[in-house]
Amino acid sequence: MKRSLALAMLLALSLAPAARAANEADYKAAYATAEAASKEAAGLRNQWTVTVSTLAAARKAADGGDFDRATAAAREAEALAKASIFQANSEKDAWKAMEIR
Amino acid sequence: MKARFSLLLGSLSAALVAFALTSPRVTAADKVDPVADAKAFQNFFFQKFPDVKHEDFVNGPYSMNADMKRQWQEKEEFPPYEFALDAGKEMFATPFKNGKTYADCFPNGGIGIRQNYPYFDGKEGKVVTLELALNRCREANGEQPYSYVKDEMASLTAYMAFTSRGKPMDIRIPDDPRALEAFENGKRYFYTRRGQLNFSCASCHVQSPGERIRAEVLAPALGILNAMPIYRSEWSGMGTISRRFVTCNSQTRAVPLAPQSDEYRDVEYFLSYVANGLPIAGPGARP
Repeated sequence: MKRSLALAMLLALSLAPAARAANEADYKAAYATAEAASKEAAGLRNQWTVTVSTLAAARKAADGGDFDRATAAAREAEALAKASIFQANSEKDAWKAMEIR
Repeated sequence: MKARFSLLLGSLSAALVAFALTSPRVTAADKVDPVADAKAFQNFFFQKFPDVKHEDFVNGPYSMNADMKRQWQEKEEFPPYEFALDAGKEMFATPFKNGKTYADCFPNGGIGIRQNYPYFDGKEGKVVTLELALNRCREANGEQPYSYVKDEMASLTAYMAFTSRGKPMDIRIPDDPRALEAFENGKRYFYTRRGQLNFSCASCHVQSPGERIRAEVLAPALGILNAMPIYRSEWSGMGTISRRFVTCNSQTRAVPLAPQSDEYRDVEYFLSYVANGLPIAGPGARP
């Protein structure tokens, strides 16, 4: 019993940081990272519409004071931007596989 | 010693033979050869659709589907692009404020020349499309440029295409490395996957012409620009080649480039060149 209680407390404590509500600083950091990745994708002429709209959703949530949602959206935008960068780089050679010869 | 020398000589000879065998292949693969590309491109479609008459590819989805073709042929009796065509004819003849007209900007007074666009301009070192040339003409005569995607630009290009109907596409690639580079860039753009859906132009118009994507029948890439500009029921209006590229990009969830950006000019050059010999059919109508 004692052992179970200790384990439960340990589990609760380990989850506590993850469950903490995001604050403005978290959002700003996540947004800055996402924005940098998005700019890199645009520089490669391979921006995705969903990256742009997800960044806009992050800003809108932050304007409304919902930093949990804003931070989550910013992180999603970062993932999308990184995927578009990967696509642009891999397509530098991969396009040839589709060419009619 | 002699044996070692022979071994060395043998290895060297083998290496030389291997190099000689592989290097021309590498050079050939890297060499830009628009003539070979166009031939391969056309053969691909001719073999994939042996029942489609070659000149019929310019009719896009109608060449792929008999029912749609019949409906379109009936619609052509009162074509939806007719208003744009009339407006374009009038605009073309109306003088600018300085008294000049579009005819002053183009060879042969702008009549029957659509099949020569886009062309590579040696002075600028870039591809010049008909839409770009029309706006340059306006600006050179003190007028504001038109939107590249619809309305007036679509009307003007509709009229100019109409005066070229039936003439074979005749795009030239001069002996200029920059022209070859533009062709190659256009080809690369055409085959490159982009957007969240990871589609290239070729995903739809090479791999899947005749197939449906939702309710639409996909057009073959061969001759896809010959019928431009088009009236699209989906747009409830006319659209230019620029509009077609922008829309295609958006549909794959890629942020479109600015109309007449270098990439769009180059892909137009590539697609037009590989359609050489097929008739101009613009303006067209599409679902």
